[in-house]
Amino acid sequence: MSAAKVAIVGAAETTALGRIPQMSQIQLHADAALNALTDAGLTLKDIDGVATAGESPTAVAHYLGIAPNWVDGTAVGGCSFMLHVRHAVAAIESGLCQCVLITHGESGRSNVGRAGWASSPGSLAGQFESPFGGMGPTTMFTLPVLRFLKDTGTTLEQLASVAVMQRQWAALNPRATLQEPTSVEAVLADRMIAYPFTKSQCCLVTDGGGALILVAAERAKDFPQAPVYILGSGESTETPMISQMQDLTRSRAFQMAGARAFETAGIQHRDVDHLMIYDAFAHLPLYGLEDLGFCERGEAGAFIASGQTAPGGILPLNTNGGGLSYMHSGMYGMYALQESVRQVRGTAAAKVAGVEISVCHGVGGMFGASGTVVMSASIAR
Amino acid sequence: MKIDFEQVTVPMPTPETEHFWSGCVAGELRLQRCDDCSGVYFPPRPFCPACGHQSVSILLASGKARLLSYVINHRPHPAFDGPYAIAVVELEEGVTMMANILNVPQTPEALILDMPLKVTFRPIRRGIVLPYFEPDGAVS
Repeated sequence: MSAAKVAIVGAAETTALGRIPQMSQIQLHADAALNALTDAGLTLKDIDGVATAGESPTAVAHYLGIAPNWVDGTAVGGCSFMLHVRHAVAAIESGLCQCVLITHGESGRSNVGRAGWASSPGSLAGQFESPFGGMGPTTMFTLPVLRFLKDTGTTLEQLASVAVMQRQWAALNPRATLQEPTSVEAVLADRMIAYPFTKSQCCLVTDGGGALILVAAERAKDFPQAPVYILGSGESTETPMISQMQDLTRSRAFQMAGARAFETAGIQHRDVDHLMIYDAFAHLPLYGLEDLGFCERGEAGAFIASGQTAPGGILPLNTNGGGLSYMHSGMYGMYALQESVRQVRGTAAAKVAGVEISVCHGVGGMFGASGTVVMSASIAR
Repeated sequence: MKIDFEQVTVPMPTPETEHFWSGCVAGELRLQRCDDCSGVYFPPRPFCPACGHQSVSILLASGKARLLSYVINHRPHPAFDGPYAIAVVELEEGVTMMANILNVPQTPEALILDMPLKVTFRPIRRGIVLPYFEPDGAVS
């Protein structure tokens, strides 16, 4: 049996999502943080640990007027927040701090006060990838998929079905950016971005933010919301260069982070009631289902296409609509975590009945890094 | 597909990669091999990523490769005159690298996974020569 040492007692997104030109990026962090504090019944004075990515924890702590005893600026892309959760558990458990605030804010669409990034021409990616015309995630994150389709026998239609099934969840979510039903035919006929990915198979580009507050599990019942306990977690990295993946059809970081999370939580796949797999592009749920061990090799495409992850299916997946339909600011991991919290609390818009355990799996830097968090409604199992 | 080599993003060699780029100027595709475990690796670094050994040697690649995966980018890029494939190729020696595939239509029908390729070099700017790949008719 494993017992959780730390719990999430506050969770919120920015007041608005989508297009927020009236807020700078740092203010998106603050807006989400203040909403999470309200959710937890806490004030800024209660926070003594700060973790963030995209901005420095120094900048966020200063902007919010927090004098932290502990900071974590782990920045490994969109799954950084999963790693922050894991590190916060260790920090609270070992007494480095008592109340951690994790923030995300990103002016991904409006570009207000947002720092850009590009590979330096002297980096390995700058030397050995950039000359060949890569244009960011749409051309790099997507590059492995043709090999995956061939080696696993997965079809283009099954890949397209990922977007279709997630739209079914988004249709149940008033905050989702895209809510209109779609079809495999419509997804495949949409504007081509980077073959074989059409626009419908690429994530949205929106503004938004989110924040989490974590404290020791023994205190967690003293807060207004039902605690969401952190039962286990895992993290790993592989490579910053898509061309240097060990195997284009598997993510080593997914496999390592996932296995570690299941092991530390002491759970089996059959225990999982709800699953989030970071979907910057439509192939990521396929990799996630197989690399985390929910599906055998080559079975994820048929699993999704047959409706098993859609509303009414046996494994509810990406129930906010995902990065494809809900929102995607650039570093989506925070929104996946927020949806897991809502499902465990029983407050999600598209509520899955009786969620005891939710697994939230993130990816960062285009298969570069990964983090997995296992959340539970109970302190032990 | 035509590439405007004036518009290609120019790599900046570092002390650890200089041998690779001077190799391209000489028409050689230079990999590295560990003097201890004999592992061949890329991209360049002065130690073996498999075993950590710090004595490594240059290995000339045969230049033969196969098409491992690709996307065809449809968004405009100043260096390319239309949709173009960005590929990962696997060299005969086992390492992978990114490349464009020249002298073949940039279409799913023409770009078949596992098709045999061979290296070909093109100068861009600032004395840099890039390795590209093209179909290797002799092998197929």
